[in-house]
Amino acid sequence: MIEIKNLSKSFGENLVWENIKFDISDGETLAIIGKSGCGKSVLLKHLNALLYPDKGEVVIDGYKLFELSYAELRKIRQKFGILFQGGALFDSINTFENVAFPLRYFTNLGELEIRKKVEKALEMVNLIGSGDKPTSALSGGMRKRVGLARAIILEPEYVLYDEPTSGLDPQTSEEINDLIIYMSEQLEITSIVITHDMHSVLQIAEKVMFLDQKKLSWHGTIEEMKSSTDESLLDFIKASEYQI
Amino acid sequence: MEAIRQLGQYATLLYHALRSILEFSIYRKNLFQEFVKIGYESIPIIMLTGVFTGAVLTLQTAYQLDTDFYPASIVGSIVGQSIIIELAAVIGALVLAGKVGARISTEIGTMRVSEQIDALESMGFNSVTFLVIPRVLSGIFMFPVLYVIAAVTGILGGLLAGSLDGILPAAEFMQGAREFFFPEDVVFGVVKSFVFGFVITSISSFKGYYASGGAEGVGNATTQATVLSCIYVLLSDFVLAALLL
Ligand SMILES: Nc1ncnc2c1ncn2[C@@H]1O[C@H](COP(=O)(O)OP(=O)(O)OP(=O)(O)O)[C@@H](O)[C@H]1O
Ligand SMILES: [Mg+2]
Repeated sequence: MIEIKNLSKSFGENLVWENIKFDISDGETLAIIGKSGCGKSVLLKHLNALLYPDKGEVVIDGYKLFELSYAELRKIRQKFGILFQGGALFDSINTFENVAFPLRYFTNLGELEIRKKVEKALEMVNLIGSGDKPTSALSGGMRKRVGLARAIILEPEYVLYDEPTSGLDPQTSEEINDLIIYMSEQLEITSIVITHDMHSVLQIAEKVMFLDQKKLSWHGTIEEMKSSTDESLLDFIKASEYQI
Repeated sequence: MEAIRQLGQYATLLYHALRSILEFSIYRKNLFQEFVKIGYESIPIIMLTGVFTGAVLTLQTAYQLDTDFYPASIVGSIVGQSIIIELAAVIGALVLAGKVGARISTEIGTMRVSEQIDALESMGFNSVTFLVIPRVLSGIFMFPVLYVIAAVTGILGGLLAGSLDGILPAAEFMQGAREFFFPEDVVFGVVKSFVFGFVITSISSFKGYYASGGAEGVGNATTQATVLSCIYVLLSDFVLAALLL
């Protein structure tokens, strides 16, 4: 369970958003939508204390994230898998080793088991046979998928996806969406997905957060979104439908 | 004000590094990689620097001294001692501030702006343990080794230049160098290079670790890292000379 309480963040003079309140229940799939630059990625990083707010709290399974000691924080962070917007692959090691990285440091698995798990994860993101490639030889969409494989390799309780399908072709997008659904339904993972893509929102999400005008402008279930009369939300949805 | 904030940040980073220095298994692999990159891969440039420093110093010393009044071996004494006390450590460190310092700040800075450090942290890693400790430890251990290499090649360079230029025979050069060889000078040089290794690698790690703002930010961090490294190498050289000589 993730509770976001009165969260506000600015960088210097620039307010990103303020007073965000929201609860995310276990097993839920939440989509965070909003225009580019509205602070979606910044919000996501607060859920892992990669950024600290000016005000407010994030409470994860009862622990106040910003008050934890570093040792405690590291334990909480291990409940999470994060797909970063740019993939954030380690460029000093190859694709296979990127996915294997958490396994090597946080499990006692032998080489054979690691190989099996990594190959299975690469297969899930449709990247069989790319393990030997250096990360610099991957396309943007491939980097994203490797990042996704790495994020879920330890089967975390929470997965945060920062634009998992942007830059992918429609078919691969579809497969990634299916994978996110599989992860949350079969493995009962709590998923938080940042996306511009209303098509994926409709496919995967149960709840929606809409960031606009430096605040949490609208939130609700998918059904509520479909029948919403909120003007800025409708504008956003309309604009993105033209993109499809 | 900004300077004080940065100093605080630097101290905090070092404190975090020190606190997790016992988590050896986390950074073991990186440590050996850094030994190679900072130590082994710097040997050619350090030898080159040593040879030329020694050679030039010999020619200039001979030019400045009127050897009719002194025995020619004095050139060997002056060159040997200057190299061991000062030049091998300082010129070596200034060269390495460019080579090693720039690489460290670029590498860590790129990891920062491409969210690789965030990724490490989000997995539950201590990124300071993982990235900063192996680099600083390698600096501390490898710079003294590089210093010894620079000193030896420096004296060889001086000896070669002296005999090739007909200033003094190799045997006389060595005799002069030996007369003024004091083991405590070597200790002083080792202490210096130890400090320089720490200064360069810690400042460069710090600048990279707090880089922000894309490729340009990394470029700025690297420029600052090399400039600050050079300044603090010279400054600590002065302080050490005042304290220890
Ligand atoms: N480290 C930082 N320092 C200063 N400002 C930042 C930093 N990170 C983000 N910002 C600012 O915060 C705002 C929100 O950024 P964020 O990356 O969260 O946007 P976003 O909603 O994810 O956009 P996009 O959809 O394009 O990824 C932007 O104005 C950005 O310039
Ligand atoms: Mg973003």
